[in-house]
Amino acid sequence: MTPSSSPTSTRSDVNGVVSSRGVLGVSALRPDGIPKVQGRFAFSSDAWADNMLWGATLRSPHPHAKIRSIDVSRALAINGVSAVITADDVPGQLTYGLITSDQPVFARDVVRYAGEPVAAVAADHPETARRALDAIRVEYEVLAPLVDAEAAIAGSHPTIHPDGNVIRRQRVVRGDQTFIGDVVVEGTYEIGMQDQAFLGLEAALALPDDDNGGVELFVATQWLHEDQKQIAACLNLPLDKVRLTLGGVGGAFGGREDISLQVHCCLLALKTGRPIKMQYGREESFFGHIHRHPARIFMRHHADRDGTLRRVEARVVLDGGAYASTSSAVLINAVTHMQGPYKCDIATVDGYAVRSNNPPCGAMRGFGVVQACFAHESQMDKLAVACGMDPVDIRLKNAMRTGDKLITGQTMDSVAPVERCIRETAALPLPPLLPEEPDVLQLPGGSGLTARRSNVKRGVGWGVSIKNLMYSEGFDDYATARCRLSNGIVTLQFATAEVGQGFVVLAQQIARSVLGVDTVLLEPISTAIGSAGSTSASRQTWMSGGAVDGACRVVRERLFEHVAQRHGLDPLRLVIEGTDVVDSMGSLRFSVAEASRDLVFDETFEHHHRATEELDENGQGNCHVAFAFVAHRAVVDVDVDLGLVKVVQVATAQDVGRVLNPLAALGQVEGGIAQGLGLAVMEEIVLVDGKMRNPSFTDYLLPTALDAPDVLVSMIEEPEPQAPLGAKGIGEPPCISVTPAIVAAIRDATGKDLSRVPVRPQDIVFG
Amino acid sequence: MTSSQDQGNEFYALTVNGMRHQVQDAWVGESLLYVLRERLGLPGTKGACEQGECGSCTVVMDGEAVCACLVMAATAVDADIVTVEGLSTDGEPTDVQRSFVDAGGVQCGFCTPGLIVAVHALLERNSSPSELEIREAISGNICRCTGYGRIFEAVRQARDTRQQGAQ
Repeated sequence: MTPSSSPTSTRSDVNGVVSSRGVLGVSALRPDGIPKVQGRFAFSSDAWADNMLWGATLRSPHPHAKIRSIDVSRALAINGVSAVITADDVPGQLTYGLITSDQPVFARDVVRYAGEPVAAVAADHPETARRALDAIRVEYEVLAPLVDAEAAIAGSHPTIHPDGNVIRRQRVVRGDQTFIGDVVVEGTYEIGMQDQAFLGLEAALALPDDDNGGVELFVATQWLHEDQKQIAACLNLPLDKVRLTLGGVGGAFGGREDISLQVHCCLLALKTGRPIKMQYGREESFFGHIHRHPARIFMRHHADRDGTLRRVEARVVLDGGAYASTSSAVLINAVTHMQGPYKCDIATVDGYAVRSNNPPCGAMRGFGVVQACFAHESQMDKLAVACGMDPVDIRLKNAMRTGDKLITGQTMDSVAPVERCIRETAALPLPPLLPEEPDVLQLPGGSGLTARRSNVKRGVGWGVSIKNLMYSEGFDDYATARCRLSNGIVTLQFATAEVGQGFVVLAQQIARSVLGVDTVLLEPISTAIGSAGSTSASRQTWMSGGAVDGACRVVRERLFEHVAQRHGLDPLRLVIEGTDVVDSMGSLRFSVAEASRDLVFDETFEHHHRATEELDENGQGNCHVAFAFVAHRAVVDVDVDLGLVKVVQVATAQDVGRVLNPLAALGQVEGGIAQGLGLAVMEEIVLVDGKMRNPSFTDYLLPTALDAPDVLVSMIEEPEPQAPLGAKGIGEPPCISVTPAIVAAIRDATGKDLSRVPVRPQDIVFG
Repeated sequence: MTSSQDQGNEFYALTVNGMRHQVQDAWVGESLLYVLRERLGLPGTKGACEQGECGSCTVVMDGEAVCACLVMAATAVDADIVTVEGLSTDGEPTDVQRSFVDAGGVQCGFCTPGLIVAVHALLERNSSPSELEIREAISGNICRCTGYGRIFEAVRQARDTRQQGAQ
């Protein structure tokens, strides 16, 4: 598929073939679209129950302190307050966590970040709940916070958690460690703390069972079964007593992979015996979920004079904040992607994920690779200059190919069209120059009328990236789906979290394609079926798509067996054509509806990806499942006196394997680019001594419609043999290399040696 | 407030989507957003920032698009309020609602109701907005999923469809 921000016909496939059926390859419309535009779609924050109470959370104002005492008596005395709970009310495991269970449900003796939960209340009105929080007296003994990642590594600060101040260290060492290149470039790069800033705030409704022996939770999450496991352990309940249903999810981007209010909400429901609704406001949301790891990365590249990359050295430091979350996996992604999408035989990488008294960090779209990519792409530009080459030529020269060895020793056996991504991006047209008398809205700074046309300089920059797909290091993140066919109607069931990406329409497309039906109903997304794994790591099209495809194929086999038996045929002769079952070697043809009349075919299928391995101490091992690639070219206008940036255009060619829904794919690409733009020029959680200074949408800036660049997209379709549908995950790559591309464009416009993101006006003016 | 503080038998009335609604025993500090969602059974209007920055709670008050999170409900007694639920009288999607679905302007959908209301307000006051006018008109509505490209396309489609209908 080529271009576009241009209009996309809603039901034509990539070849322009118009289909009236929403099968794979066409822009089938999402089933939740009309309810969402009419305001009828139920988000988790819209859940409501008779007799329900509102839950609210008390949080530590200090990044590091001992708790001397907690007095809840004045809160309990408030009319309308039904319960106040603290760590003493947790009946099961006192901690949770995705990889390591190291985060307390409530702080008991010590708080380790500003915003850590200390207590929770249930009351008849949100305002009553707020007043109850005010009335809880917590006596703290404030301690010096650990906010310097290097101090955590050096061991120069007292240990702030029983698990120590270093969450994980991982090296990647390969090849001749004494090699020195003819050309050597180096730099230190910093990446600020980015927030997922999903629009739909954390919210849940917990309904206690009649005997208070279990609980049902409607919640916006990325992974129902992982939540269920962690909640049940904290509640000391068996898994079947904690039943989760997905409440409508208003975006996620990694920020809903960890537990936030789930355990608190269930505890309050069980304590009061009444339904509990909890929802965070925006400020609390900044404290209530993890963020993208801020990073400091030193890199040194060695190359031959002709620009051939020979060795990468890197030291990667990720600040994981107070609790581990997924830090160890984010670190693995960062250190194993330091070479970028380039062939390189020698590596010396040392990485740390450290603990600090900053807010906890974990998953966000791009997961460690965003940080790595900003460093390696900044380096490639430096290398280009040092070798007297064009930024495009040096990337083409080193472009990775299928069959190359990665710095982990793993063989790249995914389709790897890196060169094609770069060439097709370069072929997309550049935008016209800024007019001599532009509309103010076209100028950097926009309607503030702060930029002057005569001060505006244009720049162009490049970024290319590699991103692993699915979970790594031996983790079997399988997905489950169930398909039921009866009377020509398919009903699908899965626990795949629909967070906005559109899996619900993809699942319908798969069923229509495989089974020749038009009507595909979807069961509620819940723990009533096996796990689908997380909606993260660009994995659901591949994994849950594979599970739905598998379940539908098994049902189709059963259908064919039935038809074959009835008509005395070999089932292998039968195929689906359109909505019919057809004998490929004879004249038999009738509709799937007829073939399945008064019958029920009901099958469940698990899709597993191939096994991966853990890394050894030198970072060697087949730790990743598969990879996708993308190239970005950014064009910016910069007011060099005021440091204002307008991103004019982003062109991209992305390795997607196969486009299954052109409209949905385009939406992922454009949306990811906007988030990468945010990290490049505006988005950062500002911390001072461990305290967040900007936890609001007034002070944490997000790209608006006026910040959105024109986006030109070329989808590279080379089906991936490993992938069940030939399609690679497409969610993460768009946001990864666009950030370095924009920064490179700003460097091109200004001549400044910018080494941190987001680029701030002062970096441009005074840098 | 319901059973605890500040209770009284006082009530006020709001005119929402052409209907008068009694708001009984409400705490006076409640925002229009809260009252619409929690008291009047109209959860289509969403809250995402409580500061008037994101536009998710956009409603039309006396013809003007406003952030319901910034309006004290009790001060809106004389206003004519239209929410996303009131844009269509027959339950069928409006042209703008349809174009958002057709053009791919909906992903997670949380910003969508506010955007739908804002675009209706735009097209009411300017039936042929330019590209920049479209961008400016919805620059108060933050979308985190789409990067806005398909939303611009949805607005263009709705604009063009209306213009064709008017000819």
